[in-house]
This record gives sequence, C-alpha cells and structure tokens, in this order.
Amino acid sequence: MNTNLYKYILSIADNSLILGQRMGALTGHGPSLETDIACTNISLDLFGQVRSYYQYAAKIKGDNTTEDDIAFLRKEREYLNVLLVEQPDTNFAFTIARQFLFDTYHFLFLEALEKSHDITLSAIAKKSIKEVSYHRRFSSDWMRRLGDGTQVSHEKVQEAINVLWTYTDELFHQTEADIVMVKENIAVDVTKLKDHYYNTVKKVLEEATLEVPESKWFQKGGKEGIHTEHLGYLLSDLQYMQRTYPNMEW
Amino acid sequence: MVNAEQNIDKQLIPILEQVSDPEIPVLSIMDMGVVRSAVLLSDVVEVEITPTYSGCPAMDVIGDDIKKALKEAGFNSKIELILTPAWTTDWITPKGRKALEDYGIAAPLNAEADKDVLLNGKRLVKCTNCGSQNTRMISQFGSTACKAQFQCDDCLEPFDYFKCLK
Repeated sequence: MNTNLYKYILSIADNSLILGQRMGALTGHGPSLETDIACTNISLDLFGQVRSYYQYAAKIKGDNTTEDDIAFLRKEREYLNVLLVEQPDTNFAFTIARQFLFDTYHFLFLEALEKSHDITLSAIAKKSIKEVSYHRRFSSDWMRRLGDGTQVSHEKVQEAINVLWTYTDELFHQTEADIVMVKENIAVDVTKLKDHYYNTVKKVLEEATLEVPESKWFQKGGKEGIHTEHLGYLLSDLQYMQRTYPNMEW
Repeated sequence: MVNAEQNIDKQLIPILEQVSDPEIPVLSIMDMGVVRSAVLLSDVVEVEITPTYSGCPAMDVIGDDIKKALKEAGFNSKIELILTPAWTTDWITPKGRKALEDYGIAAPLNAEADKDVLLNGKRLVKCTNCGSQNTRMISQFGSTACKAQFQCDDCLEPFDYFKCLK
C-alpha cells in the first residue's frame, strides 16, 4: 500500500467529513428555514465529496476495506482533519466564520488539486470545486451581512473570527506525507496558497467592516491526529450506530 | 455540441429515456445529461453515469432504475459512476429545460446572469407560474443541492431555480 497517498487522501477527505458532520448537525436548528437548508445542503455536498475520496482510499488500502470502515471505524487520533473544521457551533456567527475560513481555503486548494498528476484526485477536485464555489459565495455573503449588520451581529462575528483565527495557519502546514506527495506532483503545495488565502480573507473582512486579527500565535496538530477536545464528542455522535450495531447496513 | 462526448448505442436510447430523475419525475435522465455512455458489450450493457452534485442521493436510485429498465428490455447491465468530465447544466437538453419549466422549476441561466441573480439581486429569472421577471432570490440553497429558492413579486408564487453549474 502507498501509505503516503493513503494518508494524503484522508487528510483531504477528513476535512470534508468533519465539517459535513458539523453542518449536518444543524438540521432543524438553523436560524431560519433557508439557512437551515443551506447548511445541510453544504453538508450533503461535503459528504458526497467524502465518499469519492474514501472509495479511492479504500481501494488503495485493499483487504476489503470499505468507505464506511474509513468513515466510521477509526479512532480519534487516526483522523487527519485540520482543527478548524472540528470547532463547535458556539453560535451562528461561529458556524459562518468557520465555514468562511474553510471555504476560502477549500476553493484555492481544489483549484490547485485539479492539476494533480493523480487522475482520481484531479477528477474529484474538478467536480467538487463547482459545489465549493457556491459554499464560498454563501459564507462570504453571510460574513458581510453579519459584520455589516447590527451591533450585536458585528460583535458576535468579530469574536468568532478572533477565536477561529488561531486555527487558520495550520491549513498551510505540511506533513511528511504532504512533502513526499508534492514531490511526486500528486499533492498541492499548500505553502504556496497562503498569501492568496490571507489576502482574500482580509478583503472580505474589510467589506464586512471587521478587523483582521493581529494574533501571531497559531494552533496546529490535526493533520498529525492531535485534536482539540471537540473531535471526540463529534465522533461519538458520528460513529454511534456502527459502534452500537457493528456492521449494520442501511 | 456540448454533448458530443456521449457514446450511447442507438437501440438503448428509448429504454434509457424511460428512466427519470426520482426527484424531478418529469425529467428523463437522458434529457438531464447524466448518462455519459451506454454500450452493449457481448451480453452486458455497460453504462456510465455522472452525478449532478457529488452528494446527490438520487444517483443510487438512478443506477438501480437503469438496471431495472434494461433488465425488462432483456439486457443485463453494469453501472459505473464517473466523475470526469464533471456534469454541467449545459448538458440539460432543450427538451429537458422545457420539462423543468413546465414542472415549475426555472431552468438555469447562463453563468454570468446566474451570478447576477444569486449575488447581486438582479431580477432575471422568469417566474414559472406567471412569467414575470419581477422575481427575487430567497435563498441560494433550495430543496435539493442543485436548486435555489425564488419568489415572484407579482403573483407571489415561490418557486425553485435550477442553479447554473459550469
């Protein structure tokens, strides 16, 4: 098995799985019917993308591994998503800020992944980017509405951005598997996306009349499997059925 | 032609035209443009379909429905889901666009106009009930991943708009 490729696929897919779980958990809890539906539609897109990635990863792993095994039967430290996507829905401003900070990255990332020499990853990227461009519009639009809205919405979304900012630098951190895969022209060199990312984010924050956080201290660890306390709780929900009724099928 | 890369055996077309999108029953999967190839090889029909959206839950049902329709016509089949080239709303046929409109779903505009209605609040989508262009977006996301929600300010009818996907 090509362990580096396997890990690399998981590091992309797990972001979509965990963020998809977060957004899906809002079903019936969105602030209005329309935003509720938007959040769950985004979740559905992300889960669709995850299936393509995990099916590919399962093929590489062999041993009759299925996409469900990968999604439901790993332990917390085997998930390789970035810390940003596992952060909780403290309030709607956090949901939107988390989505915005991730979507902006996700779009740039997929744009680069389209050029991967791995034809499966490139195909998934070409498909997904169309969906993610809608996600990005939605979350950027809401950033402007909340930031340039009432005093309360402004304060709440500023706080969310301040808190979540600390998880943004990890998006551009390379693991050992990344470095090997970049050399083989399979992986995206995320370090090259960083300037573009922060410029895009800053532009929207300014339009939203929000301040760009000055904090220079950043958290990382998710890509190596070291997570914040929130992931365990999320996984206990996500994995409940498979853990309680092993091998159950729909 | 946008659909030039389709490769479908002529004898299979009438069979595949009977299969419809489970979420938009008036629309055949052929008019939707999701069937990319269907070829009879020895005694098995190999069909390639492509999803409209990655998470589209209709794809499994569509795969099963194709199998069933082919079986009834005497063919065994194998269905494969392909991602590339990625589906675009350009592949919906004129007949398909008409079927959407008749069903109450506004057909996708071109990419530029789509951006204008979804982002800049322009009134370009025609109401499927009264035909007025005095319509506005309620939400960028609608009842399924492929649609946005609109409302007509003349007849007040709420309706779905099929988003442009390029």
